[in-house]
Amino acid sequence: MSKVMGERPKALLDVPLHYCPGCTHGIVHRLVAEVIDELGIEGKTVGIASVGCSVFTYNYFGCDMVQAPHGRAPAVATGVKRARPDNVVFTYQGDGDLAAIGMGETVHAAARGENIVAIFINNAIYGMTGGQMAPTTLPGQVTQTTPYGRDTSVAGNPIRVCELLSSVKGVALAQRVTVDSVKNVKAAKKAIKKAFEYQMAGKGYCIIEVVSTCPTNWGMSPADALQWLRDNMLPYYPLGVYKDVGEEGEQ
Amino acid sequence: MLGRPGKRQVIELPKVNVDNERCKGCEMCVIACPKEILALDHTITNSKGYHPAHITDESKCIGCGSCTIMCPDCAIKVEVE
Amino acid sequence: MADKVLMKGNEAIAEAAIAAGCRHFFGYPITPQTEVAAYMSKRMPKIGGVYLQAESEVASINMVLGAGAAGVRVMTSTSSPGISLMSEGISYIAGSDVPCLIVNVERGGPGLGGIQPSQSDYFQATKATGHGDFHMLVFAPSTVQETVDLISDAFDLGDKYRMPTMILSDGLLGQMMEPVVLPEPKDPTDNKDWAAKGHQGKRPHNVVNSLYIDPKELEDLNFKRFEKYKQIMETEQRAEEYLVDDADIIIVAFGASSRISHSAVDMARKQGIKAGLIRPITLWPFPEKFIKKHVGHAKAFLSVEMNMGQMVEDVKMVVANQKPVHFYGRTGGIVPTPKEVFEQIVKINGGDC
Repeated sequence: MSKVMGERPKALLDVPLHYCPGCTHGIVHRLVAEVIDELGIEGKTVGIASVGCSVFTYNYFGCDMVQAPHGRAPAVATGVKRARPDNVVFTYQGDGDLAAIGMGETVHAAARGENIVAIFINNAIYGMTGGQMAPTTLPGQVTQTTPYGRDTSVAGNPIRVCELLSSVKGVALAQRVTVDSVKNVKAAKKAIKKAFEYQMAGKGYCIIEVVSTCPTNWGMSPADALQWLRDNMLPYYPLGVYKDVGEEGEQ
Repeated sequence: MLGRPGKRQVIELPKVNVDNERCKGCEMCVIACPKEILALDHTITNSKGYHPAHITDESKCIGCGSCTIMCPDCAIKVEVE
Repeated sequence: MADKVLMKGNEAIAEAAIAAGCRHFFGYPITPQTEVAAYMSKRMPKIGGVYLQAESEVASINMVLGAGAAGVRVMTSTSSPGISLMSEGISYIAGSDVPCLIVNVERGGPGLGGIQPSQSDYFQATKATGHGDFHMLVFAPSTVQETVDLISDAFDLGDKYRMPTMILSDGLLGQMMEPVVLPEPKDPTDNKDWAAKGHQGKRPHNVVNSLYIDPKELEDLNFKRFEKYKQIMETEQRAEEYLVDDADIIIVAFGASSRISHSAVDMARKQGIKAGLIRPITLWPFPEKFIKKHVGHAKAFLSVEMNMGQMVEDVKMVVANQKPVHFYGRTGGIVPTPKEVFEQIVKINGGDC
């Protein structure tokens, strides 16, 4: 009785991904698709594509998809979910989309306890547009628009989204994970699955922040990028559960 | 041959298969492999210009699937009994 | 239901939408249309509908995009600065071929402007709503009853052509109370097979999207959409004609301005001046057919608007230099009086009478 590991999940369409070699988007897409397969919900899921490197998610996920303007995915998701409460709705957003232009929509969807799942890819940089500063760019980090390193006295401080949202009533689950190792990938998948299960139980807004790499714009190999993530990102963005209403519902 | 002492059992080795066209030569599988038996095959260049990964010594594969977990492109499969 | 009910314009907007089967409203307060949202917040929960006050007009229009993409009848309501905020969202809605209704109860502008009525969003509604090549169906009611009737048509035509539609109202119409007959209520339907509502494993996935990276694909889509617009321009123009068939001086005016101009036409006729009124009901498609019909016998046209001169440019384009086209406007929230418009007619007619 043989078993094959590494099969593409059904909810991920059989098309080549356009992401850079070693970009962790690919891993996260696969995890979301595996969760959708395991929960058997592809037929009632609607994904909201955002704007960034992941703008083409509508080509990759097999569920119905809606393309949102930059930052507005939580509002578009709200429209879909309020129109069709029995559907499972998720957004897939980068750091610019969720925490810069879309910060208002994010906080308010969270405060409304909108029953959606936000998959938040935090790689501390704007990938699609060529490597500019993001709201989560670290102090001292060199990007195209912080060529001398991010100076917080001029460019402000990085935002810790999970911590911020953990203070918002309406958030059912705010968890930060990463995908730098087999162990962490497995833990990330568990968190993503929990988020979808919480939605189906009507618990409220769930955000899974995935600390991710951007080898191309960080200017390093995928292997080095994973190490840079461990050395620099994780100390600033510690992994963990920042809010979890648990089985009992909101306290 | 694996098996209990005194008994000969035939158990298939895990089979590793890389989709050379989907692989981007990112080496995430190479780093992940606990047996260090994956490497880029520089004798192959796919249509996108990447050197895909390949297994250097299939007899050492323990079928853990770490490579499949770290691959961003569903480009590597491991079949085990 | 043939009973006449006395209704405030803004409230009639809400009732008309509900009668058309709309069960989803997303909006944000802004004077002078806040009553639409307030009324909806009371009515929607009672009929199993959704009323959600969004955090901004930006969020509202994106919720409209989401619900529209999911295949339900959905609307929002706002006033001029809110439309500016919705500009990006409307472009996406048009570019994704999603139907929806947007109500603009116009106020003075630009900027924070004023809260009194105006018609200074004509350009925005008909030519410059958002980036890219697209149009909305734009209706300009002049009575509360007409507002109710046009909302029903807007939903039907929006669904038929898969495009956003707009009711261009103003603060006067929003606040006034007039007797109204509401249409027979329609139940919401769920028959949009292109919508993103979950494929249930029975079909390939639907993607509601406006991004087409391949230039040829994007061009072809634009061509196709404009073929649709061309058909709309040929078949959906609407206007009302009042005493135009023998008119020398033809006023072109919509909404509140048209009611004032109607009175001015009557005043002129009493003095023996052959004045008439063409009242556009669709602003896009602009009712050129109605104007072209009368260019031959008219001596002059007068566009009366509550702005600095917007629709007059379309009138000029249609008249194409064959006859003089004049403009009279008040703005800032000031409403012209019939007497002022009558004096313009007299002036154009060549002097006192």
